[in-house]
Amino acid sequence: MESILSINNLTKKFGYLTAVKDLTFDIKKGNVYGILGPNGSGKSTTLGIVLNVVNKTSGSFNWFDGKVSTHNALKKVGAIIERPNFYPYMTAAQNLKLVCRIKGVEPAKIEEKLELVGLLDRKNHKFSTYSLGMKQRLAIASALLNDPEILILDEPTNGLDPQGIHQIRQIIKEIAATGTTILLASHMLDEVEKVCSHVVVLRKGEKLYSGRVDEMIASHGFFELKSQQHEALLKVLEEDPIFGTISVENELIKVILLEPMDASSFNRLMFDKGIVLSHLVKRKESLEEQFLQLTDNNNDQKLQSN
Amino acid sequence: MLRLLKLELQKLLLNRASKILIFISFILPFFVIILSSLRINFFGLFVLELGHYGLFNFPIVWHITTFFAAQFKFFFAIVVVSMIGNEYSNKTIKQNLIDGLSKKEFILSKFYTIVFFSAVATVLIFIICLSIGLYYSSISEVALIFRETEFLLAYFVKLVGFFSLCLFLGMLVKRSAFALAFLFMLFIVEWILYGLMAWKLDENTADRIQNFFPLKSMWKLIDQPFQRIAISKMPDSKALIYDFAVHWYEVAIVLGWTAIFIFLSYRLLKQRDL
Repeated sequence: MESILSINNLTKKFGYLTAVKDLTFDIKKGNVYGILGPNGSGKSTTLGIVLNVVNKTSGSFNWFDGKVSTHNALKKVGAIIERPNFYPYMTAAQNLKLVCRIKGVEPAKIEEKLELVGLLDRKNHKFSTYSLGMKQRLAIASALLNDPEILILDEPTNGLDPQGIHQIRQIIKEIAATGTTILLASHMLDEVEKVCSHVVVLRKGEKLYSGRVDEMIASHGFFELKSQQHEALLKVLEEDPIFGTISVENELIKVILLEPMDASSFNRLMFDKGIVLSHLVKRKESLEEQFLQLTDNNNDQKLQSN
Repeated sequence: MLRLLKLELQKLLLNRASKILIFISFILPFFVIILSSLRINFFGLFVLELGHYGLFNFPIVWHITTFFAAQFKFFFAIVVVSMIGNEYSNKTIKQNLIDGLSKKEFILSKFYTIVFFSAVATVLIFIICLSIGLYYSSISEVALIFRETEFLLAYFVKLVGFFSLCLFLGMLVKRSAFALAFLFMLFIVEWILYGLMAWKLDENTADRIQNFFPLKSMWKLIDQPFQRIAISKMPDSKALIYDFAVHWYEVAIVLGWTAIFIFLSYRLLKQRDL
């Protein structure tokens, strides 16, 4: 498959702080990628480097198999970083015309893109009069002006109200449906889970996971358990190799399965051991729990047992 | 090149504050020059007509008008520093680069704009000088009229050099007000250095070295015309004679500074994380 962006051993240091550490991943055409990580994990820095606004310390990155220079490649890219940045004294249409001039495309698409994000009736209003949600939508329209091969979105719903978040997500889904490659950086897991097919998880600038979202979620799930014989239950769980990490939250025991097992056979097993359960639920982890696990495992185990 | 110039002109001309400043920086000097060339009757007490003193005769008119018009460059200097300051405060510099403008193109678009406005100012001053001169002088020989038009070249180079300095200061400190403060500080520093050199060495050497400083070298391009006016009134006073001509090395020094400032602005932007 055609490679759009490949990043090899990329490292960025700000003084003593290493913001991105030896990062390597590939973006292939046609997929929707998520970069997932808590605040300060190096998402924006990574995007800043490939977008030519942050200088890398070492490593390399290539746009479109390295056939074009970075700033020419960016003309085929649409990107929004953190907050929408436009000239406050210009109207929406004037701002977009300026972007057309930079990208070297005809201004014919301005109206079409404004319509897509629902701002056509406000096109002659100054940018400074826009609400944050409208500014963010204008930024998306601007990023789409050149019908980009890849759309890069950095925290596109950050700071928006629920209605604004819904509008932006709807627009992203519509764009994804047209087959445009999307790279979405976010710390909101449901966002990535809903939109993306592939995910790269970062923590403190290091890659923890990269691959398909559904493979990342593919675990055997976990049980939530309660019993009068709390200690005995814990002992049984600890001795059996089927069970992974055990955590306790106010009497509620959470145990992760390392092999498939359904609730009724678990119940039978416990009954055989002479333990009566007062509470038994089998659940699959959401991406959020997976994510917290991934990011916490290397950090501290305490969070889980709290 | 045209694309970059158009880009910057759109940014400037849609901004009301810079539009007004550009307007002032162009209209004010010409208004002053034209007004001073008129016959002004002070309530019947006396009549002031500067033209009568021979100030608007060829070729001295080129010297005098370029000298005075250059004093109004400060208005456009505000435009130059604010066109950098605004890009930083709106973070549009970041967006411009993300949209596919290279860092080199960004600096070039600013530089082209500076050259463009300096050229427009030079053309305008040429037209005004020519019409005032033709009105006041009796000379009609073309060779005499266009003598000393090198002052126009000096005027153009002086503007480009000064605005390039402003561009660099804007890139350096990112904020318009601080950049202007820096400009003022540079002025003071140059004079302190001059004072030190005059004290440690001798005044002559200090003078010669000071002519290489950025602000002084720009000032030196068009020497003050007052002494020259005095000489024209008192032709036999030898003490007043001085070198007021535009020399090629003076132009070269300022062009050198211009190149340095533009290059440094580029280097600064290239190394900076936005």
